[in-house]
Amino acid sequence: MSIPTDLKYTASHEWARLEADGTVTIGITDHAQELLGDMVFVENPTVGRVLAAGEECAVVESVKAASDVYAPIAGEVIAVNEAVEAEPQTLNENAFANWMFRIQPATATDLDGLMDATAYQAAVDAEAH
Amino acid sequence: MTMTSLKLTPLNAQHRAANAKLVDFSGWEMPLHYGSQLEEHHSVRRDAGMFDVSHMLPVDFRGAAVRPFLKRLLANDVDKLQSTGRALYSCMLHAGGGVIDDLIVYYLNEDWFRIVFNAGCAEKDLAWAEAQRDAHAPELAIIPRRDLAMLAVQGPNAAAKLWAAMPGLEGVAGTLKPFHGAPVGEMFIARTGYTGEDGFEIMLPAKAAPFFWQAALEVGIKPIGLGARDTLRLEAGMALYGQDMDEGITPFEAGLGWTVAMGGERDFIGKDSLQRLPRNRQMVGLKLIDRGVLRAHQPVASEQGEGEITSGGFSPTLNASIALARVPNGVQPGDRVEVMIRDRGHVAEVVKYPFVRHGRALT
Repeated sequence: MSIPTDLKYTASHEWARLEADGTVTIGITDHAQELLGDMVFVENPTVGRVLAAGEECAVVESVKAASDVYAPIAGEVIAVNEAVEAEPQTLNENAFANWMFRIQPATATDLDGLMDATAYQAAVDAEAH
Repeated sequence: MTMTSLKLTPLNAQHRAANAKLVDFSGWEMPLHYGSQLEEHHSVRRDAGMFDVSHMLPVDFRGAAVRPFLKRLLANDVDKLQSTGRALYSCMLHAGGGVIDDLIVYYLNEDWFRIVFNAGCAEKDLAWAEAQRDAHAPELAIIPRRDLAMLAVQGPNAAAKLWAAMPGLEGVAGTLKPFHGAPVGEMFIARTGYTGEDGFEIMLPAKAAPFFWQAALEVGIKPIGLGARDTLRLEAGMALYGQDMDEGITPFEAGLGWTVAMGGERDFIGKDSLQRLPRNRQMVGLKLIDRGVLRAHQPVASEQGEGEITSGGFSPTLNASIALARVPNGVQPGDRVEVMIRDRGHVAEVVKYPFVRHGRALT
């Protein structure tokens, strides 16, 4: 699967999308689900939780292993996607379409501190070697 | 560029052709899955699947003294094997009573037994057996059979599909009962497995393995990776060496007391220690009530004291997380225990295992 150019990325394989209302939607990348294999459990942060950038805030578990999900930016959790908790395998089907949680950023952001698709692709390629 | 010195089975090209995700397993390049571990799991429970288990090591023990030698080497009693093709599950212990490996031993004739060792233990097992041989039965030949490939075909439709793939095989193996086997020329087929389903394990010349694999594929037997092999055996309540037991654990504390033939005059390596050592812990099954996934090494708190999960994961058949755990004696089915997952207590119920047999949930 190609890496969408309208998203931003972290080295720990989260994607982030800045919405028109200034909130940021977070998920895990296709590379992350590929590494983990069949997903069987998702635990999102609770709504209202205030996260620091880089904080461990969610967990995805596959048949193989558990993996932490980190907050790409600081902010308050304002929504979680209960559909991926109910059906974790949707992350395998399309990791970029199935978001996990949404953050109200602590300060207005343009996500410039995160990687763009080209930089993320390079990071994934580097990991493979 | 990655340097690789992984050992390859005779079916490596077949795994690559089937788009396997290949991983390092005990120094062997083995298929973890071929796309979806969950689908592979269900294929074995509902239809038929095949596993390349050629990384395991068959070893022939040949000579007039083979029976008395194995009666001493193994904790189970090979006197239970009296006809060609019979199979027996056993632990091999050191003098302290800990488990060196668990294995299946086959009887071929009075001068010829075959043992299949786990891949990760094969070298130390061989060294151990040779040292025992040198000390007690120097005339005995111990012959590693790396020239053989091993396949497991498992599932409710394993027999029917196997007969379709290999016309003629049904005549030899069609009436085999569980833990019975039969030689077929250079091949050996036994009704054994590691999934809790009906099925067969087949040893055959490495050169013949790709042909066999292709014939099985063509009748719709699905290739299954080691990932599903682990969830299938966990549901079936079967112990995995290195996780549920090792050299520091006796069979009695690994839920394998039923495989140790303590009675009678027979002496075997480790027997003295087993008679002496206390048995304070037992294996139980756990089913997670709260949301999450049980994993090996998570601590378990019970009214009787602390224990630990030895194997855990997600059960595709039960759609719940299950585990095998070593806990103090006195913990019973129906009890609730607390499992620490990422520093938070999760409630699990103690259940009998196996969890699944012949496609049916038992808990």
